[in-house]
Amino acid sequence: MKIVVAMRQIADLVEELEVDASGADIDREFVKFVSNEWDEAALEEALCLKEAHGGEVVVVGVDDVDFDQTLFGALAKGADRAVKLSCGFEGWMPTAVRAEILARWLKDEAFDLVLTGVQAADDLDGQLAGVLGARLGLPHAAVVVGLEPDGEGFKVTQELGGGVTLTSHATGPLVLGIQAARQAPRYVPISRIRQAMSAGGIEEVEVEAPAARAPRVTRLFAPEAKGRAEMLGDKPSEVAARIVELIRAKGAGVS
Amino acid sequence: MAENDVVVIAERVVGGYPDVTFELLGKAKEIASALGGEVHCLVVGDSEGHECLGASDHLHLVEGEHLWPYNPHAWESAISALLSELNPRLVLASTGTVGIDLCGALAAQSGAMLASYVVDLSVQGSSLMAVAQLYGGKLMAECDLGDGPAFVTAIPGSFAGLAARVDGVADPIAHRHDGAEVRMRHVALTEPEKTGVDITSEEVLVSVGRGIGGQSNIELAQELAEVLGAGLSASRPVIDQGWLPKAHQVGKSGKKVKPKVYLALGISGAPEHLEGMRQAELIIACNTDATAPIFEVAHYGTTADLFDLVPEILDLIGG
Ligand SMILES: Cc1cc2nc3c(=O)[nH]c(=O)nc-3n(C[C@H](O)[C@H](O)[C@H](O)COP(=O)(O)OP(=O)(O)OC[C@H]3O[C@@H](n4cnc5c(N)ncnc54)[C@H](O)[C@@H]3O)c2cc1C
Repeated sequence: MKIVVAMRQIADLVEELEVDASGADIDREFVKFVSNEWDEAALEEALCLKEAHGGEVVVVGVDDVDFDQTLFGALAKGADRAVKLSCGFEGWMPTAVRAEILARWLKDEAFDLVLTGVQAADDLDGQLAGVLGARLGLPHAAVVVGLEPDGEGFKVTQELGGGVTLTSHATGPLVLGIQAARQAPRYVPISRIRQAMSAGGIEEVEVEAPAARAPRVTRLFAPEAKGRAEMLGDKPSEVAARIVELIRAKGAGVS
Repeated sequence: MAENDVVVIAERVVGGYPDVTFELLGKAKEIASALGGEVHCLVVGDSEGHECLGASDHLHLVEGEHLWPYNPHAWESAISALLSELNPRLVLASTGTVGIDLCGALAAQSGAMLASYVVDLSVQGSSLMAVAQLYGGKLMAECDLGDGPAFVTAIPGSFAGLAARVDGVADPIAHRHDGAEVRMRHVALTEPEKTGVDITSEEVLVSVGRGIGGQSNIELAQELAEVLGAGLSASRPVIDQGWLPKAHQVGKSGKKVKPKVYLALGISGAPEHLEGMRQAELIIACNTDATAPIFEVAHYGTTADLFDLVPEILDLIGG
């Protein structure tokens, strides 16, 4: 079984995001980029499948700030190959462009599964799994929380909201947007990542950045403070007293 | 004229039609009237209860092999076939599983524009303009979808004020679609297990997010819940990490809760979380990041560290 995991970088949401001078993108100079958390779930699921059933895990993505770190992390965790597609694209890449780049690379790779994260925080023009699935003409599914080889194909479980899940049998190859792996993404010690770095091993492939139709962003802005919370300050003892007061005033809970 | 029409994909997978379907129909009417077009509503698979979709000008009921229960591959093929007949200007769906599953693919196939996580939509001149909520709710993007065909997936609740539920449908149009080659077969639809934990019945919820830091700190939140006579709930990452069982999850793929008091500790306020708790009567949020979107829906907020705050509350009432 050969599993391709499509991964990418995304601005770290823990940080404050500023809008750049164009007014239509985040300021990429000052923000930290990290691996997309749902792609990490996709990688974990791929590694678990490989451990249980054998096979090969190939991680691939379009180059971006600190993407090497993500790839070395994946190699340290047990991925067999890591491929970086370089196209010189800078800034906010539409999903349609990313899907096109990946599709062109994938056409020369035989695979059973392409796994990627269910979403990324900036995918304005749609989530990758569906767009890539359509581009490749393959069955695809999103919000996947379960995956098992089953006869000639795979059993795929998706969440449909409100705790309802749907299990289907699909014949591959498939493209799946992973919501959660069977276990939380594994931790890998820094020493192992360093080992992976010194071993090198990232394959770099030059690709062209294709044109694709995507909405033209005219303005990026912080939500207007409409129903903004009344702030209680940040002195814990005072805040605690106010919170207890507020809860008591609702006549709920607290005796 | 068809090229000014608006199509709503009704997203009933289990139970009745969700509120978002009526919200989309309301928005569709507004957009269609601005464009001078009509509203079509698509029902795929089982059409039980379709009478409530009377807000549309044309209701299409698509039946066929593999279309019920929901089957992403078969639905895509059926909807794609119908859309190429209808040739609409705009297709509306929600950001639910069906929207995420299908809209990216359908838009890509037809070369249409797509905007997802949309919270506002309008016609400006010849363009459709959308506002999308990105970066976990931290930023909004206003974008131009141009004057050609477009798909929009909207966050449930965004058009709540427009919700159009009209009972009575004159002449639904029946279609049949049997996918020639369906590579996905239904196996099972599973309802959530009843575990005894019912966060929807609690008057007060202490809800923890990733800010709680680890399994070992859950105890602290549990203790707080106990002294407050509250239930303990959580955001999705807490569940995915295995720190609390699924029955405790609030949000899109968890439970929708409406307690008197919702105390959010270390929760950023992503749209999928807000979907499950924004209707709580009183929301108090503790988050060290002053720009966290949770403060947009909270009534009261603090940027205190939860690990400083919780012990103070326990001191006050813990006895
Ligand atoms: C299809 C789909 C369905 C989803 N369904 C759900 C769902 O049902 N429910 C759900 O919750 N999510 C759901 N999500 C995930 C959602 O997008 C977010 O990823 C998630 O809600 C984030 O959880 P969080 O706020 O706990 O974590 P984060 O976004 O990581 O936020 C943690 C917050 O804690 C704060 N913090 C850190 N340390 C402290 C401290 N010591 N004191 C105070 N604050 C601190 C940080 O500032 C940060 O804002 C879904 C996603 C998808 C794609």
